[in-house]
Amino acid sequence: MRNSAKAEAVLALHRFGTGPRPGSVTAIESDPRGALIAELDRPSAAVAASMLPSSAKAFRTVADANARRQAKAIVATKQEAAKRQQMADASVMTEGTTPGMSASAEKMAAEAVPDPGRPIYLQEAKVRTDAALSAEIGFAERLVWFWSNHFCISANKIQSMSGAYEREAIRPHVLGKFVDMLLAVEGHPAMLFYLDQAASMGANSISGINRARGLNENLAREILELHTLGVRSGYTQDDVIAFANVLTGWTFVPPGDNPEHGGEFIFNPRLHEPGPQKVVGKTYEDEGAEQGRAVLRDLAAQPATATHIASKLARYFIADVPPAPLVERMAKAFLDTGGDLKEVARAMISSPESWDLPATKLKRPNEWVVGMVRSTGIVQVDAGRFTGGQALLGEPLWRPSSPKGFPDDEASWIDGMGRRLDVANNFAERVATTADPQDIIETVFASTVSDEVKMAVGRAESRQQALALLFMSAEFQRR
Amino acid sequence: MIFAHHLPNRREALLGAGALFAWSQMPRLARAEGRDPRLLVIVLRGALDGLGAVAPVGDPDWVALRGDRALILDGKTPALPLDGFFALNPAMPNLHRLYKAQQATIVHATATPYRERSHFDGQDVLESGIGRPGASATGWLNRALLEMASDGRVSLRDSRVLGVGSVTPLVVRGRAPVMSWVPQKLLPASEDTQARLLDLYQHTDPKLAVALEARIRLAAIARGAGMVTEPDEATPAAGIAGVRAYFAEAAGTAARYLARVDGPRVGAMGFVGWDTHINEGAASGQLANLLGALDGALAAIETNMGDAWRETAVAVITEFGRTAKINGTDGTDHGTGTVAFLAGGALRGGRVVADWPGLKLAQLYESRDLAPTTDLRAVLKGLLRDHLRVDERVLASNVFPDSAGVAPTSGLVG
Repeated sequence: MRNSAKAEAVLALHRFGTGPRPGSVTAIESDPRGALIAELDRPSAAVAASMLPSSAKAFRTVADANARRQAKAIVATKQEAAKRQQMADASVMTEGTTPGMSASAEKMAAEAVPDPGRPIYLQEAKVRTDAALSAEIGFAERLVWFWSNHFCISANKIQSMSGAYEREAIRPHVLGKFVDMLLAVEGHPAMLFYLDQAASMGANSISGINRARGLNENLAREILELHTLGVRSGYTQDDVIAFANVLTGWTFVPPGDNPEHGGEFIFNPRLHEPGPQKVVGKTYEDEGAEQGRAVLRDLAAQPATATHIASKLARYFIADVPPAPLVERMAKAFLDTGGDLKEVARAMISSPESWDLPATKLKRPNEWVVGMVRSTGIVQVDAGRFTGGQALLGEPLWRPSSPKGFPDDEASWIDGMGRRLDVANNFAERVATTADPQDIIETVFASTVSDEVKMAVGRAESRQQALALLFMSAEFQRR
Repeated sequence: MIFAHHLPNRREALLGAGALFAWSQMPRLARAEGRDPRLLVIVLRGALDGLGAVAPVGDPDWVALRGDRALILDGKTPALPLDGFFALNPAMPNLHRLYKAQQATIVHATATPYRERSHFDGQDVLESGIGRPGASATGWLNRALLEMASDGRVSLRDSRVLGVGSVTPLVVRGRAPVMSWVPQKLLPASEDTQARLLDLYQHTDPKLAVALEARIRLAAIARGAGMVTEPDEATPAAGIAGVRAYFAEAAGTAARYLARVDGPRVGAMGFVGWDTHINEGAASGQLANLLGALDGALAAIETNMGDAWRETAVAVITEFGRTAKINGTDGTDHGTGTVAFLAGGALRGGRVVADWPGLKLAQLYESRDLAPTTDLRAVLKGLLRDHLRVDERVLASNVFPDSAGVAPTSGLVG
């Protein structure tokens, strides 16, 4: 049985896009599937044109502020110590001077040199969110969200680069080749910093011999477990160690005296473990940074990677437990095209399973909240408030609690309904004078909501309550 | 402009709201008298059950009408006696104290001229001051300020009306500039909204229903265990504790502004959640909780006004009342006559203003609602005339158009 055109358009917007907004159903109802494919051919240029600082520049800005702050704290501590000394000379000495910096000096320094990392983070958040609100469908943005979470870093660890990382390593490749994204991600300073690769060194490297420090397996393991093959796919601890050895030397330029440099990727041969390494059944000769790239290229082409990526994508877009034929078709498209992600997306759109399943997938907080805002026609957010709302809902932007990223299943999120209600209630209050719940039902959702929702909205005590109930309805929560 | 979370801190809110200079010139007549009056209007959205708030315990038909839901003087939670005939909901000890100190007046069996039962339209009439809904984009409080500006008693340039909440209440909307303040707390959805959503989920999405029920239950446990904590921005307190905090914060902050020498003199805010169709709980449930939160808000206003409390009048009004009888779901449906609360050091209080219509079936409006016998506009006009010194003719023509036949209630203040 075929859905009506309008219902299919609404489903397309929820399931593959960032949710219906005024005019979007009309724009795509003649051919929702074609409209999805068409959007992939003309992704938004807004983010690329945003003039935000590069990750290296952002990193240097924060590093520079940190250095100035520290210098101020040192000076202030010395001054305090001198003052105390004078007073002590004039009276009885009661205690010795404490090494390090005093709390008051640090506080003074923090006020004198505020952290530029947060404003950068908020600018990035705004550009990203506004892009999702402005997109006609938002399919390409949803792909960015997916991959950004798949290859997540955390702004808790490296705030300055968190937005630039997504723009530089993720966004250019979501409709390109998986291997190109993989290479961009694993060589990005933000990832090298986040997963502790930057300081990893081979035991037999020049630096390793001279110092009592060594290998860090973190990035190598997560690449195998999370980014490519997937957990329990056959690789061993030896593979992890060998791969970690391969990756030694992948680091970034430290911020220093040169204001034009710092924060860029660099291969440092002094850290690199010399010699060949055997990773997942294949031996890779030592060719410096090329050794690691060769491993990544092979991992990207593995069938296990294709299945891992296809399953995750299908789970993200379609259902917590996606239909096996769909996953197989997407995995096949991945392998047949050398990991062409646009072709994988096409395979998903053209599979009947992607359209036949009822809307049971619980939206993640960010999907839900962006959908809510979109339905009102708002295309600009206050980044401070918006990211605050995301944090409140349990999905703080670019701050997952582990390298696994935010979870993607109903059980993880359904207990957050209370928080969603508070946020919906609050947003409803803010937009109650401009957003009309009947209009959202009739024009934005093309009257595809249930009679129960229409009734609850119609009987509400106020427009705010009507909007809150509508935003909380299953039609807004599930896709 | 999206979420209330990580809301502007106090300083940011002030900056965002523009300058705080307001009414550097007081109404001339008031100034000549050496007075500096303040007026704060609180709109209860959703329609307050006047009989659940102020019970006519002296009416012989009262207990028969509401049965064991009737507030009585010797009930399990005894109502607070007012004047021998009326008694106040036990959740409002502060208002009761103010009443005893002649600083609060209760108006009963009152209503606007609106006689239908739509919340939207009822609130529109209540706040616009116009007899029919949808007729005006401005509110009576704003127009009152404009009138004072037009005869030179107030400099409009320096005047501001204070609107609290991220949406400016209609009552203060208009040509006189509005200064708005958004409370920092994330207002938790009302018990009523939660109940409605739960009902919707039970009919459409059982899994979401289970999740929401869990949250509601958790809030009840927190309440029972006395786990009431001040909500912070990251974790709003669940349920009524959050509502209490929000009411107190919003009202208390408005009072702080109104108290300032250079602050606004007129303000308005809205509180939602009064549409008690299911499990009203006048004595110990939903309504008692809300009235308790309102009582806390009044206490916060009194405290934060400081010395200015002497010159303050607070008017608590709602769009209409509810059915006289309890409905089939232990609640009340939309009605007509209800109560209004007036509080403040400027009042000549300690009395209930009511032309009691009675509760027998034939005495009820359309055989179901408390009949309105006092036009709410009379009370508001009385306040504006005697407290702010707005001209009575202007009140009848521009502030409450077509209300010439509704004489301002005398003796409310002074």
